[in-house]
Amino acid sequence: MTALEIMLWIVFPYVSLTMLVVGTIWRYRHDKFGWTTRSSELHESRMLRLGSPLFHYGILAVGAGHVMGLLVPKTWTEGMGIKQEAYHLLATVGGGLAGLATVLGLALLIYRRRTVGGVFQATTVNDKVMYVLLALPILLGSIATVMYQVLGGEGYDYRATISPWLRSILGLQPQADLMTGVPLYFQLHIVAAFLLFAIWPYTRLVHAFSVPLAYPTRPYIVYRSREANPSIRRPDRGWEPIVGPVSLDRSRGGRVHPPSEDPNP
Amino acid sequence: MRIMAQMAMVMNLDKCIGCHTCSVTCKQAWTNRSGLEYVWFNNVETRPGLGYPRTYEDQDRWKGGWIRQPNGRIRLRGGGRLRKLATIFYNPDMPKIADYYEPWTYDYDMLLTAPADSPHVPVARPRSLITGEEMKISWSANWDDDLAGSQEIAVNDPILAKMNEKVRLEYEKTFMFYLPRICEHCLNPSCVASCPSGAMYKRVEDGIVLVDQDQCRGWRMCVSGCPYKKVYFNHRSGKAEKCTLCYPRLEEGLPTVCSETCVGRLRYLGIVLYDADRVTEAASVEDEHDLLAAQRNAFLDPHDPAVQVAAEAAGIPHDWIQAAQRSPVWRLIHDYEVALPLHPEYRTLPMVWYVPPLSPIVDEVARTGNDAEDHRVLLTALSTMRIPLEYMAELFTAGDPRPVELALRRLAAMRSYMRDINLGNPPQEEIAAAVGMTGQEVEDMYRLLAIADYDERYVIPTTHGEIGRAMAAVDPMGCSLDEPDGVGMNGPGLAAAGHAHSEADHGGSHGSGSPGGAQRVRLTLSRREDLDGFPGTPGFAGGAL
Repeated sequence: MTALEIMLWIVFPYVSLTMLVVGTIWRYRHDKFGWTTRSSELHESRMLRLGSPLFHYGILAVGAGHVMGLLVPKTWTEGMGIKQEAYHLLATVGGGLAGLATVLGLALLIYRRRTVGGVFQATTVNDKVMYVLLALPILLGSIATVMYQVLGGEGYDYRATISPWLRSILGLQPQADLMTGVPLYFQLHIVAAFLLFAIWPYTRLVHAFSVPLAYPTRPYIVYRSREANPSIRRPDRGWEPIVGPVSLDRSRGGRVHPPSEDPNP
Repeated sequence: MRIMAQMAMVMNLDKCIGCHTCSVTCKQAWTNRSGLEYVWFNNVETRPGLGYPRTYEDQDRWKGGWIRQPNGRIRLRGGGRLRKLATIFYNPDMPKIADYYEPWTYDYDMLLTAPADSPHVPVARPRSLITGEEMKISWSANWDDDLAGSQEIAVNDPILAKMNEKVRLEYEKTFMFYLPRICEHCLNPSCVASCPSGAMYKRVEDGIVLVDQDQCRGWRMCVSGCPYKKVYFNHRSGKAEKCTLCYPRLEEGLPTVCSETCVGRLRYLGIVLYDADRVTEAASVEDEHDLLAAQRNAFLDPHDPAVQVAAEAAGIPHDWIQAAQRSPVWRLIHDYEVALPLHPEYRTLPMVWYVPPLSPIVDEVARTGNDAEDHRVLLTALSTMRIPLEYMAELFTAGDPRPVELALRRLAAMRSYMRDINLGNPPQEEIAAAVGMTGQEVEDMYRLLAIADYDERYVIPTTHGEIGRAMAAVDPMGCSLDEPDGVGMNGPGLAAAGHAHSEADHGGSHGSGSPGGAQRVRLTLSRREDLDGFPGTPGFAGGAL
């Protein structure tokens, strides 16, 4: 095992997952105000109507497929009587459709973000970096699926290599040698994915962790008592002092939000 | 029975001159920040007109509020909980920026930097605050003010659309009035029910509906869920914001900014006690015309000893119960029955009520050369001039003209009864009796509607808890340019408290205990004494200071 392999398949995943977990906890404790979808529906809705559900439902299905393929051991599905050929067919057709929806949705959303003035103005540098790092694993994963699974005949049995490797990472008994013979595009897809996980908590992607699961069961009307002793609280980030209604440099046009006031750095 | 106290408002529309001072001062206090350029927590609409955002009352299109299902239960018009979750990635009922208006500024720099010897007159072109591009101004929150462009615009008023063709053609020469609007702080708020995150809530102590800015995740369901479209999306922070009923001021016993600055003194603030257990039942009555009575039925009389005992047992402070007894809002709603809710058919049980305007009818009578202060003429006019009456009924009583007619008859009788007194003639008791009142009641109502002082219009019990918590956040005497190095007249000192938050019961982390806060309260109170010649009443507005 080379040093590069140890870096890629042991060190980097742990660094990435640490950044994900610690970063999420840190952000939740210190920046609840910044924890939002930052929806742009107010600015444009025609393209969003198609693109947003396409992308979000697509990525949810893709995510569910990854959980099935990576976390469920092959012996379990075979124990249920599902043969590798059947599994491959199911995963490739289902995953392919979900991936297609995701890619189409993402393409439409990025096109919208660039071409609609109000949406583009609301896009921060952080958003742009995030879009690149989000698109990368999606595209690499799609390429890998098409190359090896769709066009590659019987397909690559990732459940013999990648899946046990990931479970070994999560089980804190990393087995990097499992990754040695994995095809290139799968390897690139995995590295890109861990790169995305590493920056996840520091971007608007945190909204994925606030799926309102409690909504269907809570009472409709929420009553809350006035905070008892709020004066001891420290001001959180995001609560800015009041300034004049329109500062002079905004009246010159161009960027509506100066970069230094990036609400989501 | 579960007794709760609600801070409520009544606006007397006869006294509104449409000057928009409430809107401007509210904006200066709360929404003069980027992300909220298009937002008016308080706005004043000319009726007939489209309102803001355009045609918000057309619930077939916007799907706000509640509807009653065939099984007798109410559900959100925009769909149940699962539908809300299913449309979370794209909310089909949310207004776009164009439905409000695209906010703009001007290229003022062009005026300042133009060369001195230029042969051309420098021009400040409008520029969009959304895109930064040059834009053509074609709509705003008040584009149809005073029926401007009415032949093209006001004919699309959703209320007129409900009425017949003849009305639509005749309304213009018939009537016009102003409708100031803030958040209704409903007893059955559909915005709160729509919020998937549980970030919106109704405060137990005073019923004010707020958005917890730390819990809001920007799902936007409250924006579409509110039938009055009084929850707004801050497109910069990605969070919902709304009218807070100026809770930091109310907690100190001060009226809201819109009330304080209203030149017509047409707003009233006070406590109403109600039974929270009757709210759902009241919102679920079958006939829309019964909603007004059902809501009144959910209120509790603070003069009833049984209610007082139950309220004390429920933990409502004694001075709050006393304030409820003195509440001008309760008197206008219950004693005189001249105040009516806005759009009860939305089934949210709104708590900002309106005294309908008599002036369109008075104006019309005067125009025909008749005596507009003679009760016989006025009452006859009321029963013959159906158009304004029916229009107001669509606004205030889900289309039932009888409660509107009663309110207007009482206002007409008051006008006529008081004329005799003003002219030194013996008052005619039969005028009061004709509208089911006594002469003394008419005089009391006259006093409340016409000449009530500050302390009668605003009966606001202070919050129990630490004092001086949030005053630094909303500075009625300050200037938005009072920042450090700012050019405000008061200098940086007054605004040093700094972190003034927009909204939400986020806590008084900002500047509590700063000496400036208490000082400003005193300043405000002394100004109030200058205005009305009345010191604060101990126990009520400002008395605790």
